[in-house]
Amino acid sequence: MASTAELEKIVSQVRRDIVRMVHAVNSGHPGGSLGCAEYFVSLYFEAMKHNPSGFSMDGKGEDLFFLSNGHISPVFYSVLARSGYFPVKELATFRKLDSRLQGHPTTHEGLPGVRVASGSLGQGLSVALGAALAKKLNNDNSIVYTLHGDGELQEGQIWEAAMYAAAKKVDNIISTVDMNGQQIDGSTDQVLPMGSLRAKFEAFGWDVLDLEKGNTISSVVAMLKTAKEHTGKGKPVMILMKTEMGHGVDFMMGSHKWHGVAPNDEQLAQALTQNHLEDEADY
Amino acid sequence: MKKYTYTEKKDTRSGFGAGLSELGKSNPDVVALCADLTGSLKMDAFAKEHPERFFQVGIAEANMIGIAAGLTIGGKIPFTGTFANFSTGRVYDQIRQSVAYSGKNVKICASHAGLTLGEDGATHQILEDLGLMKMLPGMTVINPCDYNQTKAATIAIASHEGPVYLRFGRPTVPNFTPADQKFEIGKAVMLNEGTDVTIFATGHLVWKAIEAGELLAAEGISAEIINIHTIKPLDNAAVLASAKKTRCIVTAEEHQMNGGLGDSIAQLLARELPTPLEMVAVNDSFGESGTPDQLMVKYGLDAKNIVAAVKKVITRK
Repeated sequence: MASTAELEKIVSQVRRDIVRMVHAVNSGHPGGSLGCAEYFVSLYFEAMKHNPSGFSMDGKGEDLFFLSNGHISPVFYSVLARSGYFPVKELATFRKLDSRLQGHPTTHEGLPGVRVASGSLGQGLSVALGAALAKKLNNDNSIVYTLHGDGELQEGQIWEAAMYAAAKKVDNIISTVDMNGQQIDGSTDQVLPMGSLRAKFEAFGWDVLDLEKGNTISSVVAMLKTAKEHTGKGKPVMILMKTEMGHGVDFMMGSHKWHGVAPNDEQLAQALTQNHLEDEADY
Repeated sequence: MKKYTYTEKKDTRSGFGAGLSELGKSNPDVVALCADLTGSLKMDAFAKEHPERFFQVGIAEANMIGIAAGLTIGGKIPFTGTFANFSTGRVYDQIRQSVAYSGKNVKICASHAGLTLGEDGATHQILEDLGLMKMLPGMTVINPCDYNQTKAATIAIASHEGPVYLRFGRPTVPNFTPADQKFEIGKAVMLNEGTDVTIFATGHLVWKAIEAGELLAAEGISAEIINIHTIKPLDNAAVLASAKKTRCIVTAEEHQMNGGLGDSIAQLLARELPTPLEMVAVNDSFGESGTPDQLMVKYGLDAKNIVAAVKKVITRK
């Protein structure tokens, strides 16, 4: 068990990785990545039972994670590297030619830690359900985790999968929706208001948990622990996690404008300073 | 012309059902998924024999493809079953990203392909599926010709690592291939050696090609007939060897000209061995309601049209 202070230090490191990665290639998605730093660190450094140094595709006996909103690849790559799936220095190849760190995550180049390609939205929950069903067939009582954007819930396939998961009692899955309230064209309320997601998922038959402080590491760690206690009871588990897009970099916070825009040199320097650059030299 | 006979007509989808049932008994990793068409796909036997390995997903094909991709991660070999239209066009992006690009070992099994679905009409008669699937990198595309070959193909693809599209159909057609014939993915089957023309046929058109071969023989024309059950990877060596020998080609398929078997063969020949070629296929048109036989005649997918194409292509040598 890592202490809260230790986890916070990793979160700052991950935020520095994210802004450096997108700055280096002047592309990528920093906003959603920054907002999910606490979630990813809690998952990979605390909640999941996994084997970073011996990655296997089938992950038998391990908890699995599926990133459905693949555009927040910077935070995924950073946490995979920092937890030991591949060398940290490989983060410098993000979105470059011949890299395993493609713009959106993929298995195609064999990057350890990734089990399916994502990017075209709405597909990850179905894939995760398949992996969860295989675990049941294999008598493997590990957990399958998924992350989705709130905007992503506008895709119809999510609701096909949501209906299936509850109907067939896939209760070894913990899904999380990143409720940052932003998507490319504006706030989710401006683009396509989705009403009460709690009511919707409950109506579909899910066990729904609210995480109000998705950018507070201790709250996320506690929620993932609670969620795990809710598995195995006949219902899929959903965490509605409130976060702030761009969290940790003041000029990016709370705006959809930083969904897919990279910082310039000056903005990078500011972002690094705001995330404990003094702690150490990075990659 | 070699004589082909058959004792009964059977549907290729039943060949799939029989193959799947056999796999269920022999391979514990094989699982099956269906989107509310278990009876139509002849998956009932597997579902009854292995309820724990059968996933009824309801009318939600996108979710079915995704679940199948995920099941491979736990070492399973998923076979999805629905109509060809809903197996391809409806879920193209799911197949592209979650299966093909992700390199998942999913077997996409598709019934009621083409015009021979019949009375339901063009909404269900997909004639673009082979093209859609063959364009995906790494996808193997198979279109067997009768019950026995479909059963053998179903069993064979379970041992092939990688995504496969297996296409079959609804109507009963002559079951003439030997029940014990081994199915080799990517290996063309020589049905009749000839010297004047080569007919490359796939799926339901293979029997029509045999009928055409008999009509041609009666007129003194020697047709080589080759069954291309694997559209991708194409048996390039078999195509080139026969083209070199007969120096003119007819292709026959229950599919659009664009993107089908004829298109693959024309592409190969244009690069390696330019050869006169005529295509028997649907020419940039949707189908319509009717009986399978009426539709095959109206859209020119019968022995008569193969004979006409042969006579035309011979004059172009």
